[in-house]
Amino acid sequence: MREELTGVIPGWETVIGLEVHAELATATKLFSGAPNRFGGEPNTNVDPVSLGLPGSLPVLNEQAVELAIRVGLALNCRVQPSVFARKNYFYPDMPKDFQISQYDLPINEEGWLELPDGRRIGIERAHLEEDTGKSTHVGGGGRIHEAGYSLVDYNRAGVPLIEIVGAPDLRSPEDARAYVGELRSILVAIGASDGKMEEGSMRVDCNVSVRPIGQAEFGTRCEIKNINSLRSLGRAITYEAQRQVDLLASGEAVEQQTRHWDEDEGRTHKLRSKEEAFDYRYFPEPDLVPVDPSEEWITEIRDALPMLPRERRHRLAEVANVETASVVLTVERGMDDLAFEAIAAGGDAGRVIVHVENNLADGAGALDAESFATLVAMEVRGDLTATQAKTVLAALVAEGGDPAEVAASMGFEAMDTEELEALVERLIDEYAEDWAAFIAGDDKERKKKSGFFVGQVMKATNGQADGRIVNEIMSRLALD
Amino acid sequence: MTERITREDVAHVAELARLSLDQDELDAFTSQLADVLDHAADLDALDLDEVPPTAHPLPLRNVLRPDVVGETSDRAEVLAAAPSVEEDQFRVPPVLGEAP
Repeated sequence: MREELTGVIPGWETVIGLEVHAELATATKLFSGAPNRFGGEPNTNVDPVSLGLPGSLPVLNEQAVELAIRVGLALNCRVQPSVFARKNYFYPDMPKDFQISQYDLPINEEGWLELPDGRRIGIERAHLEEDTGKSTHVGGGGRIHEAGYSLVDYNRAGVPLIEIVGAPDLRSPEDARAYVGELRSILVAIGASDGKMEEGSMRVDCNVSVRPIGQAEFGTRCEIKNINSLRSLGRAITYEAQRQVDLLASGEAVEQQTRHWDEDEGRTHKLRSKEEAFDYRYFPEPDLVPVDPSEEWITEIRDALPMLPRERRHRLAEVANVETASVVLTVERGMDDLAFEAIAAGGDAGRVIVHVENNLADGAGALDAESFATLVAMEVRGDLTATQAKTVLAALVAEGGDPAEVAASMGFEAMDTEELEALVERLIDEYAEDWAAFIAGDDKERKKKSGFFVGQVMKATNGQADGRIVNEIMSRLALD
Repeated sequence: MTERITREDVAHVAELARLSLDQDELDAFTSQLADVLDHAADLDALDLDEVPPTAHPLPLRNVLRPDVVGETSDRAEVLAAAPSVEEDQFRVPPVLGEAP
């Protein structure tokens, strides 16, 4: 069960490299003025270029180039002169029987992406290409191999894509999910793509191999297609790594293949072997001239980039004095500004981060930075317990208001310390043996007994007391 | 000198291009393609280390258009040109295998 969850197979290392296709958020297609729009009536967002009609010629979309450069810069790539190429194959989703892509001279090369935990994952390239049409297989239960026929909608044909090829630097399903999550955050932050996996505007192909821990060479890899969610990505990697380890453990070899992930069955199927791999016969696209963005243009684009999630995490982590991994959700939810303001307004940084990370999953609602800071101050002073603070916070998110008034309306009055001390003394009399064990006990026993007394105090006060203060009182009384 | 193209190479390339060639055509094209490649191989005799690769014969770069929506085709007209149509989509024979 544990292996199922973590994808860790004792003695083996999984090596993963991802190819992510993201649709660029332009108004029009890569090579023509037909709209780039999701969800239209079939075959309405088409023109002669999208349909590959004879005599039509491609003209490159300036905004697609700009977005591609943004992606390159955000991924720390070298932005360079590039050339388009024809990738030749016959398939009905490409009406002109080739896809225009970039091959030996991509627009972006050699960058990196930083995972929330600080590890850097190599980016080999990020190139421009056109998307294909969408085919629906009819008959034979929707399965491709048994299809009666296919229906093709060319609305998507020609939509600009950026294909981001990552280095084989990932080692677990969690790594892969973190990488895709981070990539998505970056693409959304820079306005390059909406990053919606469920609408297919972001798609992931996954290369997986395994090797015994300590082996330097990579094992033979398989490429997995048809991964439609972050959850499928993790499942597919876990399944595929286990399949390959089972083969090797029983003395068989892993064959280099392209495999198809079946979400319902929870397994991968062989699509084609290396020998059956497509021979694309790439050659330079004669209808398009090279793209050679000027230094001025690249600088202008770089200067206009917003602060990236990585920088925002570092900035917040530094101010809050926590690890960058502790502020991932805060940045992902775009609540780092709220956190900054609450900290600036006097809120304890550690508590502010804990609340945003754990208790504000559905947004800040009516909560403003000032009352957030006030609430945290009440909590730190001991006027509210952690549980009470969480409850008040939820109310502030739902309806706003003054934290002290909200707390009072919920009956969360801070207990007077003297009152609390009297209660503790009474409990000490009542449970004299436990108290003796607390005083005489080692650390472990002390902890156990303090837990017991805090429990009794909570019971007597309906949870109104602050456990931390009870512990302080006990420590003080133990010295008397 | 480059290796000469074989009959098998030509058959393979023809297959990739979905061309059906008979035996005589295979022979003829093998010989013709070999001549073309021999001609191209003449370039190997030149020292071209200092010459940058040509990406395009025209001396143009950055031919770009603004991202502005233009005209779209009339769907009825487009579909009328297709051999088979269903649900406003192009109906095509069953496809073997998944898209590349």
